[in-house]
Amino acid sequence: MKKLLIGLAAALAVTVSVPAAFAQDKTKACFLYIGSKTDGGWTQAHDIGRQMVDTELGDKVETVFVENVPEGPDAERAIERLARSGCAIIFTTSFGFMDQTVAVAAKFPDVKFEHATGYKTAPNLAVYNSRFYEGRYIQGQIAAKMSKVGVAGYIASFPIPEVVMGINAFVLGAQTVNPDFKLKVVWANTWFDAGKEADAAKVLIDQGVDIITQHTDSTGPMQVAAERGIMAFGQASDMIAAGPKTQLTAIVDTWGPYYVKRIKAVMDGSWKSENIWDGLKDGILTMAPYTNMPDDVKAMAMETEAKIKSGELKPFTGPIMKQDGTEWLKAGESADDGVLSGLNFYVAGVDDKLPQ
Amino acid sequence: MRIELVKRPQHSKLFSVLSPFIALALTLVAGAIMFALLGKNPFQALFFYFVDPLRELWSLHELAIKAAPLILIAVGLSICYLSNNWNIGAEGQFIIGGIVGSILPVVYPGIQGPLVLPLMLLMGMLGGAAYASIPALLKTRFNTNEILTSLMLVYVAQLFLDWLVRGPWRNPEGNNFPETRRFHADAILPELFPADGRANWGIVFAILAGILAWLFITRTLKGFEVRVIGSSPRAGRFAGFSSKKMVFFAFMVSGALAGLAGISEVSGAIGQLRPSISPGYGFAAIIVAFLGRLNPLGIIAAGFLLALTYLGGEAAQISLGISDKVARVFQGMLLFFVLGCDTLIHYRIRFVGLARQEGQPAGAPKAAAPAAEGA
Repeated sequence: MKKLLIGLAAALAVTVSVPAAFAQDKTKACFLYIGSKTDGGWTQAHDIGRQMVDTELGDKVETVFVENVPEGPDAERAIERLARSGCAIIFTTSFGFMDQTVAVAAKFPDVKFEHATGYKTAPNLAVYNSRFYEGRYIQGQIAAKMSKVGVAGYIASFPIPEVVMGINAFVLGAQTVNPDFKLKVVWANTWFDAGKEADAAKVLIDQGVDIITQHTDSTGPMQVAAERGIMAFGQASDMIAAGPKTQLTAIVDTWGPYYVKRIKAVMDGSWKSENIWDGLKDGILTMAPYTNMPDDVKAMAMETEAKIKSGELKPFTGPIMKQDGTEWLKAGESADDGVLSGLNFYVAGVDDKLPQ
Repeated sequence: MRIELVKRPQHSKLFSVLSPFIALALTLVAGAIMFALLGKNPFQALFFYFVDPLRELWSLHELAIKAAPLILIAVGLSICYLSNNWNIGAEGQFIIGGIVGSILPVVYPGIQGPLVLPLMLLMGMLGGAAYASIPALLKTRFNTNEILTSLMLVYVAQLFLDWLVRGPWRNPEGNNFPETRRFHADAILPELFPADGRANWGIVFAILAGILAWLFITRTLKGFEVRVIGSSPRAGRFAGFSSKKMVFFAFMVSGALAGLAGISEVSGAIGQLRPSISPGYGFAAIIVAFLGRLNPLGIIAAGFLLALTYLGGEAAQISLGISDKVARVFQGMLLFFVLGCDTLIHYRIRFVGLARQEGQPAGAPKAAAPAAEGA
């Protein structure tokens, strides 16, 4: 078998031109995806960002991606292969790629690495994240206005601070409209599994919620909501196609401008390792059009969005009580980023026990 | 008109040997056609797919990491299949091996020292063997179909692991992520040549297992018993061999090897337990076992080849932007052509016209279980 392969190699060596030869003057920007680039959610949002890099920077850049990479040993191999294939910068776009990115970054000091939603940095490893919770706060307000029963359902992925933060922000937003608003949570324990997510949506609807939102990445819940005739929010990408009469709005991850900025920085040598946590005002997070709702709800949502952008409104500002009844934030006090990124408790109003 | 498969009176020795190579060649040709249809230069694509990953040392290490569990499991399966026991649940035995082997570093992290790793490997093998003995017991005791029971036990094992890492074994300092604590240094399977790449002792176990299994099957009485009972249970009974004992033996050997693969993967490449510790190695190993024609030495080569299709899939994605699904298509084509070639060695195709069909009794042989026959 080996002989056969070596023979094949010899035969092909003549005909194969090595692409690296003509790619010398281009900057190679590479992306590692946990899902399929057409998943309709998280990974697709990153891929739209990659395509924006292609259109904005044109022939100065060559973008490459590897999709459907499982977390674990396979991820480390894929990152290393990218690093060795001449990538100048590598974006690893799942929290679970963290340790593998750190390991490969240590081996390739000349390659820049950027890890989405993680917290471990190095001189050649930056982390970037988006303040998804700002959008979820707006969604909570809309939900409280639109819900007849005053209970929404939340399909959550893993009980890490990032997700707990989103749940809390949703409830806090809802409580500004209806102080008695309740939220039920189902843990799908996956980032992407259309079947499981759809099942979770059915469970929630059977428990009587009339609005669902999700921190998982497929359009499964949106489709179930559409079938059952209730309203829902999209996640990561605009999911309006999956629920034209169902989606109220979606938090849309808009990574493109960020990717363009960082790749340009690599080109002109100004790239630095940073810990970036941008939000609505920076345009890394945008809201899909507010649809399927009365004009007054839409006006309220747009006003809240404007206030968050201007910095007038910070979702995590007291008075806020924890779920167990103790006080978390005093009136007027805002949680700082350090506390937020380690959040491991619910605020009052969440009808669920946080898995510990 | 219809098409029949007719058993050949005798099959060609030459083509029996050539069969896997013909299958490989056909796969390459079909792959080239597929790439051409995708608008890629087929030679360039095949080059990136099958040659590029072999050009660098680190990548060979990755190949060894990927091939080790496939070979270990497939070697065990070959003994099982040769004895006519159809263990489809190696994936489950792999997982249970990983779990049982991880008891020491996860539950008793305080126990350290050079004995920890050998104990873990041993416990992994015992775990896998014990789990494989369940379908064996059900088969000998209640005459259940081992294909079904062993397959269903895969899902039990997967869900059990899932529950463990989300529940009792979850890392207390892991930000609530479903994974166990990372293994301490004494519980990590060492790398062979840390300066060059990540390959660990797993590949040594795999190749050793292949060689030992080959010696066992060809050189020992027990190995003879495996083959006799496999090809003719009746003859086996006349020779005084117990087919019940053989069921247990075959299942437990293949379970032990799958368990060893599991704990090697967990303590080597991963370093902790996670909700999913195998991207389907237990099922891919079935392809490897047949690609290697159930010969342990052939399986070593077949394991490397299948591992190459995973790595090649990535290389082709990076270099040519080809979808990752292509790797799966390649694996499917490979198995298809291997089974197809094997079938045609033992059978020939006959086109039967309507006129002749009437004059013939309906006793034409069916093409059932060509895989089993091919063995």
